[in-house]
Amino acid sequence: MPTYQIKVNGENKSVDVSSDTPLLWVLRDHLDLVGTKYGCGIGLCGACTVHVDGTAMRSCSMTLEQVQGKSITTIEGLSEFGEHPVQQAWKEVDVPQCGYCQAGQIMTASAFLESNPSPTADEIKNAMHGNICRCASYNRIYRAVEKAAENMD
Amino acid sequence: METNNTMAFSRRAFMRTTGLAGGGMLIGFNLFQACKPQVKLEPPVDLSTLDYKDFNAFIKIAENGVVTIFSPNPEIGQGVKTSMPMIIAEELDVAWKNVHVVQGKLDTENFDRQVAGGSQSLRHGWDALRQTGATAKQMLVNAAAARWGVEASECTVSEGVITSPTGETLGYGDVVTEAAQLEVPEKVTLKKPSEYKIIGKDAQNVDIDEIITGKPLFGLDYKADGMVYAAVVRPPAFGQQLTTFDATKAKGMPGVLDVVTIGEKARKLIEAQPNIAGILSDSDKVVVIAETTWQAFKAKEAIEAEWEDDVRMESTEDHDAELNALLDGKEFNTMREDGNVDKAFAEADQVLERTYEAPFLPHNCMEPMNFYAHITDDKVHLVGPIQTPAWKAGAVSAMLDRKPEEIELEMTRQGGGFGRRLYGDFVLEAAEIADKIRKPVKVVYTREDDMNDGIYRMALKYRIKAGIKDGSVTAYHLKEAAVNSNMYGLIPNFFPAGAIENYKVDAAAYKSNITTGAWRAPYTNFLAYAEQSFFDELAELMEVDKVQMRIDLLKKVDADADERIQYSPERMIKVIETAVEKSGWGNAPSNVYQGFVNYYCHNTHVAEVADVKIEDGLPVVKKVTCVVDCGIVVNPLGALNQIEGGVLDGVGHSMYGDFGFENGKPTATNYDRYRLIRMKEAPVVETYFIENEIAPTGLGEPTLPPAGGAIANAFKAATGNRLYQQPFSKFPELLKPKEKEIIG
Repeated sequence: MPTYQIKVNGENKSVDVSSDTPLLWVLRDHLDLVGTKYGCGIGLCGACTVHVDGTAMRSCSMTLEQVQGKSITTIEGLSEFGEHPVQQAWKEVDVPQCGYCQAGQIMTASAFLESNPSPTADEIKNAMHGNICRCASYNRIYRAVEKAAENMD
Repeated sequence: METNNTMAFSRRAFMRTTGLAGGGMLIGFNLFQACKPQVKLEPPVDLSTLDYKDFNAFIKIAENGVVTIFSPNPEIGQGVKTSMPMIIAEELDVAWKNVHVVQGKLDTENFDRQVAGGSQSLRHGWDALRQTGATAKQMLVNAAAARWGVEASECTVSEGVITSPTGETLGYGDVVTEAAQLEVPEKVTLKKPSEYKIIGKDAQNVDIDEIITGKPLFGLDYKADGMVYAAVVRPPAFGQQLTTFDATKAKGMPGVLDVVTIGEKARKLIEAQPNIAGILSDSDKVVVIAETTWQAFKAKEAIEAEWEDDVRMESTEDHDAELNALLDGKEFNTMREDGNVDKAFAEADQVLERTYEAPFLPHNCMEPMNFYAHITDDKVHLVGPIQTPAWKAGAVSAMLDRKPEEIELEMTRQGGGFGRRLYGDFVLEAAEIADKIRKPVKVVYTREDDMNDGIYRMALKYRIKAGIKDGSVTAYHLKEAAVNSNMYGLIPNFFPAGAIENYKVDAAAYKSNITTGAWRAPYTNFLAYAEQSFFDELAELMEVDKVQMRIDLLKKVDADADERIQYSPERMIKVIETAVEKSGWGNAPSNVYQGFVNYYCHNTHVAEVADVKIEDGLPVVKKVTCVVDCGIVVNPLGALNQIEGGVLDGVGHSMYGDFGFENGKPTATNYDRYRLIRMKEAPVVETYFIENEIAPTGLGEPTLPPAGGAIANAFKAATGNRLYQQPFSKFPELLKPKEKEIIG
């Protein structure tokens, strides 16, 4: 099996996996970073969202080859103690029900606000439309993104 | 049930207290029934060795005053891990910020209702939780009073600090060791709702910090030393049996440790407990054991298996025909009958009959099914997300011939339940695999497994017929035809039972190979839409106001005269009138079309009004006004989340939820072909609570059923088309507004 060097949450990691192994399972099973969730495996639910060079990407649909030399951030690395404005907004609004999809939601929202710090309502909805929340906490997700945008000003 | 603050309890029967080895006080209690008489807690108890066999919940008060509550019920997103401890903390009279909540383990031996289901956790726990908190508080006060040499009744308490008549103070931690030695008081006083400081105030999810930082909380996150992963090849179609398989290729793949079969133990269990066949295939299954999840998933795809299908391989058309035949036939189980509907129909001026149809639905918990098992000669260790831990531990004990006390089951936080995790077929699989390989192992479903090996909401149909005589509804006949099983016995006593003189509920089922079961708000998740659509049509036929017709029916109900009636007509009328006021019913702008529904299920009364606008030629649900009477609202912040989620889940599945079969195989396997509601489709939800001091009821389910009916009724107003089948998005022609007829 090939050895890959990847950079996750600022640390260089070396992993031996077959070339088809998705980043998601490397994070979860090899690096013990289980905050990134498995939902569908085909990039349609957003539970596995991480940042690759600051862009929100579906880790279930990326191989290590595709992230060579790039910087990966997972929910565990978004902030040290959960103090990122998006995490704080999630807490303030008390978004989660079951909580399973929320790391993916937070990663999508934080990358989006980085690129668009003052979004309109439609822009927020478009940005978050790809992330499924089966408990349907969508209205709180919307309010939390809105609040985070205010707090990031 | 009014909240009662003087209710006498036999505290000795459900509570024991003792000192802790490290100092402090432990109170063991049972939420749902009396403890067995032999249950004892002999001091000093060492918490680390406590096996949780005797009680299903504990409070620990440490010498530093910190309170730890071990919350017994499974947390599936419904919020009980927050709300149940809040009730204890209220009566214990401590600051919520000083309370630490831990998920309790399963007690397989003594107790039954350690379950997440039916929106019943709060309703059943309300009295016991309050009694427990109040009893502990009284013991602490008694200890302080004894030290001061004063009467306990002269002392006051606030937020864990006891004050003597002369102004001296002692914290709970100061007296906890003495308190643990005292007799459990026979009589305690509960707070009046007006005295509540925690109940009724917003409390954040107790796991919020862990959730937003991605800490391991869920079953899929659980790891143990030496743990391996299992992926299971199950019959691709319902009813199939494994004949042969070739694992040569799979065995040569990276990380693959073994390929085994299971099924023998499952069949033995099915033989002993035939009902298990309703949730578990009796076919052999091929199991790939690998070092990582991905390796197990990949190698599973490489298994070449042959299946025989000598039973009927069912398709959606078959279900449709079978259910129609049932509705057209005469073989029904009559679940309630008042008066004589046939006679009333014969005498009626007008008769309306309509049929409503719904497909199967998968649960689609975001966290796919999974479970950990490790089996040794001494112990069966099970860990994961399960709504019915006691039932499953019992089934594993029977399946593997292991003593109940050898089984330890730990519940993780659960990435959704919706009824799917009631069944625990995956627990049985994990146990059979672990018993065979004798290694710590976690079974993980792929999303495709999760969607294709479901225990689905059954396809079902309702045919409703009403007779009108002299301007009144005189007869009502509801027929249910469903795959595998029919509505539970309380439902025929929901509204409009009691409101119509001649009333009958009939049910019939078609037995299928496809496994079906409870799905959030079983039966009512579709029945509410059918009945409430029908009421609207009935009002149109009678040319009366839709809401007034419902109120008039409710006013005819004498719930005191018929103890079978489940709902309160007065509470229902109150939610209806509040919904009319808050939604602006009847006064909406001309481009807003509204649909009205009132419903009772899971002990909660709800009214919903959907606001629909036409955008780009199609109706769009913009807002749902939701009025809820769930009695005392324990945690408004959590309650609002449940209510909004329930409404959106109801909107989403009635709009998009479509799931069928072709020769026993599901027609969708993942989100490319199965649509769930997403952000842009989510309407605003405006919630109003009816304020009262009635004991609380649960909110995990009751706001879902009315939502489908509310939007169907609003769509009718917007487009002129009545929708008789779900999901609505499957009928685009009916979603287009009817052409206005132009005369002259």
